[in-house]
Amino acid sequence: MSTRLVTFTLDGRLYGVDVDAVQEVLRGLPRTRIPLAPTTLAGLINLRGQVLSAVDMREQLGLPPRAADEEPMLVVIRVAGEPVALLVDTIGAVVDVEDDQFESPPDTLSGTARDLLLGAYKLDHQLLLALDVAKAAA
Amino acid sequence: MDEIDEIVQEFLVESHENLDQLDRDLVALEREPDSRELLGSIFRTIHTIKGTSGFLAFGNLEAVTHVGENLLARLRDGKMSMTPSTTDVLLAMVDSVRELLAAIETDGTEGSVDVGPVVDRITAVLEGRAEAAEPDPTPIEELLPPEVVAEEPGEPVAVEPVDVEPEDAESEDAEPPAEAVEPEPEPVAEVAPAPVPVAEPALAAEPAAPAPQSTPTPARPPKASSTPGPESGADETVAARRNVADSSIRVDVELLDALMRLVGELVLTRNQIVRQAGEQEGLDLMRSAQRLNLIATELQEGVMKTRMQPIDHLWSKLPRVVRDLGAAFDKKVSLVMVGRETELDRSLLESVKDPLTHLVRNAVDHGLETSAERRAAGKPAEGVLTLRAYHEGGQVVVEVNDDGAGIDADKIAAKAIEKGVRTQAQLAQLTPNDILQLIFLPGFSTAEKVTNVSGRGVGMDVVKTNIESIGGTIEVESVLGRGTTCRLRIPLTLAIVPALTVECAGDRYAIPQVSLLELVALDADRAATEVEDVNGAQVYRLRGSLLPLVRLTDVLDVESDRADGHVLIAVLQAEGKRFGLVIDRVLSTEEIVVKPLGSRLKALGTYSGATILGDGRVALILDVQALARRALTAEALERGGLANEDQVRESTEHLRMLIAGIGGGRRVAIPLSSVTRLENIPTASVEQVGHREVVQYRGAILPLLFLNRHLGAISERESDDLVVVVYSAGNRSVAIVVDEIIDIVDEAAEVHSDIDDHGLLGSALIRDRIVEVLDVRAAILAADPKFYSAPEFEVDLGLDTDQLQEAM
Repeated sequence: MSTRLVTFTLDGRLYGVDVDAVQEVLRGLPRTRIPLAPTTLAGLINLRGQVLSAVDMREQLGLPPRAADEEPMLVVIRVAGEPVALLVDTIGAVVDVEDDQFESPPDTLSGTARDLLLGAYKLDHQLLLALDVAKAAA
Repeated sequence: MDEIDEIVQEFLVESHENLDQLDRDLVALEREPDSRELLGSIFRTIHTIKGTSGFLAFGNLEAVTHVGENLLARLRDGKMSMTPSTTDVLLAMVDSVRELLAAIETDGTEGSVDVGPVVDRITAVLEGRAEAAEPDPTPIEELLPPEVVAEEPGEPVAVEPVDVEPEDAESEDAEPPAEAVEPEPEPVAEVAPAPVPVAEPALAAEPAAPAPQSTPTPARPPKASSTPGPESGADETVAARRNVADSSIRVDVELLDALMRLVGELVLTRNQIVRQAGEQEGLDLMRSAQRLNLIATELQEGVMKTRMQPIDHLWSKLPRVVRDLGAAFDKKVSLVMVGRETELDRSLLESVKDPLTHLVRNAVDHGLETSAERRAAGKPAEGVLTLRAYHEGGQVVVEVNDDGAGIDADKIAAKAIEKGVRTQAQLAQLTPNDILQLIFLPGFSTAEKVTNVSGRGVGMDVVKTNIESIGGTIEVESVLGRGTTCRLRIPLTLAIVPALTVECAGDRYAIPQVSLLELVALDADRAATEVEDVNGAQVYRLRGSLLPLVRLTDVLDVESDRADGHVLIAVLQAEGKRFGLVIDRVLSTEEIVVKPLGSRLKALGTYSGATILGDGRVALILDVQALARRALTAEALERGGLANEDQVRESTEHLRMLIAGIGGGRRVAIPLSSVTRLENIPTASVEQVGHREVVQYRGAILPLLFLNRHLGAISERESDDLVVVVYSAGNRSVAIVVDEIIDIVDEAAEVHSDIDDHGLLGSALIRDRIVEVLDVRAAILAADPKFYSAPEFEVDLGLDTDQLQEAM
């Protein structure tokens, strides 16, 4: 069984989400910040007349914040029919991975990241960390 | 009479639809004669028409459908089976029903349509006469009617088949032709083989021959000579007027919703383009933008109208409710409904239904007294419950008014203390009217006895919650002994709302206009002195009463980027209280399309939605109700302060305005409080001092301000005297010259202050005329720059301009 993932990077690491969940990939759009909202909510964006919340994946995974001059990319995914934008560093590619490359997260992984990560696909040079789409967007 | 007409119209539309369905079903039935389902459907249709026609007293229609129904019932129950002859009589019945409907539509009566033959035919089939001797009499039964049609074609009957069908054929290409052709071949097929072999004689054959001819004639001509038909024979008004059924269609509400969303997007795009066009030079673009603006506005109105329904849809149920309640409580109630044609959005209509019913119940149960009590109070025994609906300022106002005992504010206050929702000290600060609004608090019920209708402690707060959930507001007014009025203000539609866009800490937010009362701008100097604090809580004296201030930056926990000390206050009303929201900047008023927020953001309790602004950026819509609840929970101290605030408010709440004409049909409103007297002075007495014009007036020099020049109007006054409005403060006076004094009005006008014109504060609608509201301070300064230089007037006058702004 192979799985097709859309990959992107966050703080130098490679992450992937199921290609079926991805609606589109966009360059940064202006965001409207939401005072009082959790820090993981990076704001609201206007996607062709639809208002989406943007989730900062670095915040979500507990990674250091992006440098101020770095323009994030947006991966728009659909969770339960509702589109949500994920803020990521760069977009990778669509890759096919095999089930036998997969391994569950190590027991030493803890914290919020553990809930979001399904596990890792062992690629040749790198690990591809598969995200749970529904939890990542929550 | 109107009401009856409406019912008939609805009946016609419905019946036409049903008949189309019936034609299809009957044809389908021929292919599968045993289908119970089809028979059931046909039966129900006819039954419905019969029921309604009986109710509307259309005797002939009822007669036809009645026998038809009997036949169908037999068929449905399997007591008879379908034969071609039954199909024929059924189709004949459908045709006469159509005829009758057409006649009803033309003049509201059944006209001269003769249903006898059809009824006889159906009865014959029903009684088994036709069925028993099927092979033989069938042709006769079969052929007779066409002959009747052909022979007795005096006027009405012969024409009718032509008359009815072309009408349908013209507009509904799909159904009727199929129907018209379908039934007719039937007799042909039937007639040709059946009578010829069985009833061989020439006698029988001959009628058979004309029959096939005569039957196609009505069937086909509709296509070829559809116009001559109605022109020659039928009432011309029928042809000219569109068939009721054709002039209205049923549309899926979802489709309308989708259209509404698209229009919403269009409105946004329009906003963008209009804004960009405004920034650029280019007359053509500007014109196109304006045109787009107009079209989009009209389109928006048009689409909104498709979703509109008169409030009568709700109200029509209430007379019964009122009657039953009146009977239950032994109260005589007459229900008056004013403005039943007032329309509002369908989805809102649904949401208003329960609150409105509740209010009506409350009014009958608690509001109105029993006949005996009323007589004792010197009132007519019969109580009057008035429902009133009207449009006002982009909202629908619905009032439920009773002329009952009224609500005793003291009782409410006592109850509030008893329930522990307010303290004595808090109540002391409230106006009687404010106290009345307490009835909307959760768990508040003053009913002395609990009845099975109302007074169970739930109710008014639920009403309020429901109304607020659709962006509306509710307030109650009452005069003890005279009655109570509950007033609902409901937005016209949920999707697009007028809003004020403001800026705070670099972000833009939208505030729905429905909660906005007025705007107050204070420059740094005034802000420093006039924003006071009550033990740490900031307040502003608005017309003498203390307005608690809430800084949006504090609420949102952001840093203001306004460093110049100016203070902008949006005076908001929510939860029956006023408070001032301090914002950084006011941007504009625009119509925004409300986009829902995810539940996580909703849960923040700060935003009610989001919208996309003209430049494509997203702005959050502030939830004023939630803000009020959060910011004003500890409001007791903000209410403290002026003990006599109520009186102060009373006296200034209604600002009297002097309306003056300044030429060119323009009218200007000047607050009467600024005016000391009105004078006519001879033009000749005007003298020049430097570049100023002055007159001598009561031993002083009075500078003149020609308001028409000040506001860019052209005076039309040709007279040798001037009309002046003298304005004084301390020992200085200024005369404002106008064309004519038109009126002095006392009404609280709603002022739209989005006109960014020099010298004006905005415009107001006063007695159905647009009136410009003068910025008195600017006008006075134009006439006498030193007018306000004396510090003691600064305060005094500052208040005047404030009042003005607030009156807006």
